[in-house]
Amino acid sequence: MPKLTVEDLKKIKEEYKSALTLREGGYRAKVTVHMGTCGLAAGARKVMEALLDEITKGDITDIIVTTSGCAGLCSKEPMATVEIVNEAPVKYCYLNGDKTRKIFKEHLIEGRVVEEYALVRGSETAY
Amino acid sequence: MEKYRANVMICGGTGCIAGGGLKIKDALSSELRNRRLENEINVVLTGCNGFCSQGPIMTVYPDGIFYEKLTVNDIPFLVEEHFLKGRPVERLMYKEPEKKITVPAMKDIPFFNLQVLRALRNKGLIDAEKIEEYIARDGYQAAASALIEMTPAEIVNVVKASGLRGRGGAGFLTGLKWELCSNVHADQKFILCNGDEGDPGAFMDRSIMEADPHVVLEGMIIGAKAIGANKGYIYVRAEYPLAVRRLQIAIDQAKEYGLLGEDILGTGFNLDIEIYQGAGAFVCGEETALMRSIEGKRGMPIPRPPFPVYKGLWGKPSVLNNVETYANIPPIILHGAEWFRGLGTEKSTGTKVFALTGAINNIGLIEVPMGIPLRTIIYDIGGGMPKGRKFKAVQLGGPSGGCIPEGLLDTPVTYEDIVQTGAIVGSGGMVVMDDLNCMVSVAKFFLEFTADESCGKCPPCRIGTKVMLEILTDITEGRGKQGDIELLEDLAQDIINTSLCGLGQTAPNPVLTTIKYFRDEYESHIKDNWCKAGVCRNLITFYIDEKACKGCGACVRVCPQKAITGEKKKPHYINQEMCIKCRSCYETCKFDSVKIGPCYVHEELPVNLAVSSE
Repeated sequence: MPKLTVEDLKKIKEEYKSALTLREGGYRAKVTVHMGTCGLAAGARKVMEALLDEITKGDITDIIVTTSGCAGLCSKEPMATVEIVNEAPVKYCYLNGDKTRKIFKEHLIEGRVVEEYALVRGSETAY
Repeated sequence: MEKYRANVMICGGTGCIAGGGLKIKDALSSELRNRRLENEINVVLTGCNGFCSQGPIMTVYPDGIFYEKLTVNDIPFLVEEHFLKGRPVERLMYKEPEKKITVPAMKDIPFFNLQVLRALRNKGLIDAEKIEEYIARDGYQAAASALIEMTPAEIVNVVKASGLRGRGGAGFLTGLKWELCSNVHADQKFILCNGDEGDPGAFMDRSIMEADPHVVLEGMIIGAKAIGANKGYIYVRAEYPLAVRRLQIAIDQAKEYGLLGEDILGTGFNLDIEIYQGAGAFVCGEETALMRSIEGKRGMPIPRPPFPVYKGLWGKPSVLNNVETYANIPPIILHGAEWFRGLGTEKSTGTKVFALTGAINNIGLIEVPMGIPLRTIIYDIGGGMPKGRKFKAVQLGGPSGGCIPEGLLDTPVTYEDIVQTGAIVGSGGMVVMDDLNCMVSVAKFFLEFTADESCGKCPPCRIGTKVMLEILTDITEGRGKQGDIELLEDLAQDIINTSLCGLGQTAPNPVLTTIKYFRDEYESHIKDNWCKAGVCRNLITFYIDEKACKGCGACVRVCPQKAITGEKKKPHYINQEMCIKCRSCYETCKFDSVKIGPCYVHEELPVNLAVSSE
């Protein structure tokens, strides 16, 4: 291990930032994947995998992904709720991996709601 | 680097590990693998979270859900519900003792949300064994600023302006100590860290060393630059094996990264730090004794002056600061003196860590702004007494401190105000006592400790504490005499005036404060043969109040001596000859009908107590 310089300290800090964003809060956007029995059966895991994959590929540090239970609309699963801080949450339905990637790119990165997959604005509250 | 959707912070402090925290971590990791969630959920072992009474505990981020009192059997269900299906498990969450409400998020639990974390800012948030996580939380930024941009005089000035006072107990201005040492010319100086926490019931420093060992190193680097030292020692008692291990890991990592050793961060500054393990003698927390111990000599204090800043370890100028003091240094350098003074009072700035223990609902480690009233700590953060018991006193400052009664609970926690009560802020031990505690016995407990830990150098301390202890033992065993209280007060003054070091100078404090605030208890022990708290067995008689007894028989079932008799739904009686005064009946009775009376000689027993077993 070479000796660190002040620049190296900054690099290490950046590299570990995403883990700490999760713990400290201070994220820009949060995606909640509904992973109740219905969601899981309909393929919520694919949605989760796509999200984590996009975050890893893009080296994103300010978007967090979390899970919640059944949203009560089992027929429209898999569902996910996208919440950009200070904006109304948007709930998407009938998702799969590709749709998730599109939402990630357009809504989470570029800030445009993907109307064609969106179900509703607003969200139920979990814990 | 792997991206995770959740971080599970498992508490790896000594308390939670003793409760099975490591087994829970293993169970969690293997269950996550079974569910193929190991790439989505990151499991991190942290240092002490602080809420020790609820352990083993874990916190799940990003939601900050707090789980408590976990067992290995809870893990499969927890993983399936929370991590797979996204349904946090309510039955494992914190419940507020008074209102029985479940509080899911850590930030909403009163124990946590009334605290201000500065010295403990990384507790439960980082893996204590990964230097990168410390760096990610601005770690070593302050050291970099101090080494690259600041002169020793600038460092000293910032620390002085912050008003930071030694957190080990004496409350000496840290910046002033650094300035004195910085002005001395010498070929070698030492920067030392006191991790020899020895007060019964105190665990502030241990928790910092376990949860955030790098902050101690960083504080020492900054101090070393300020005074011009190139060699440092951390003195830790060997009874803190986890702290020693994590500090050693931290030192090794820092050396590997060039944050310790030669030419730190390319600045040309050198500092080497070693751990020195002490054998756990209380007196080695005293600075001159600690230095003798590092030199390999018997840990005994020597007279000051010369003060260690002029002639310390091996006769070289040395600065010794406490663990918590060092933990406060990096943020002061990063945010400035004004920021630090933003909390606390004029003369007691910043925050203080306390180990809250004893008869209180929320036992654990807390950090609060200086100046906060004791009442807020005990009732709001501590959650009051368990089982609705009555508060009696809070002991501050360990064996050197004193007991503060109910009437003074609104005293703000500052160095100046606490001293007015006869206690001291000390290193931060806070033992809460309820009405089941006998204050004479409490004083005796602390004096037993100091009499035992006296190094023996000064006769007033060695013999004086022993004589005081004998008098206290006589009082608690029923041999107290008129004049004992006055004799204790006299002896105490002599010991305080004639002892060399802080141990002897403060050892009588617990006795003096209990006499000051609870003199009637001493008197009732001596004059009435009566320990009203029901602790001193020679000075009590348990009897049943006929009017209050409902004859429910609960006491009969718990009495190990079968000394209680009586017909159902009629008043019961205790056979005094069989009673061993174990208190079981007293603590069991729901109608308060078991009373604590003075000790009667058998011939004098009142009629209703004299009923025998026939």
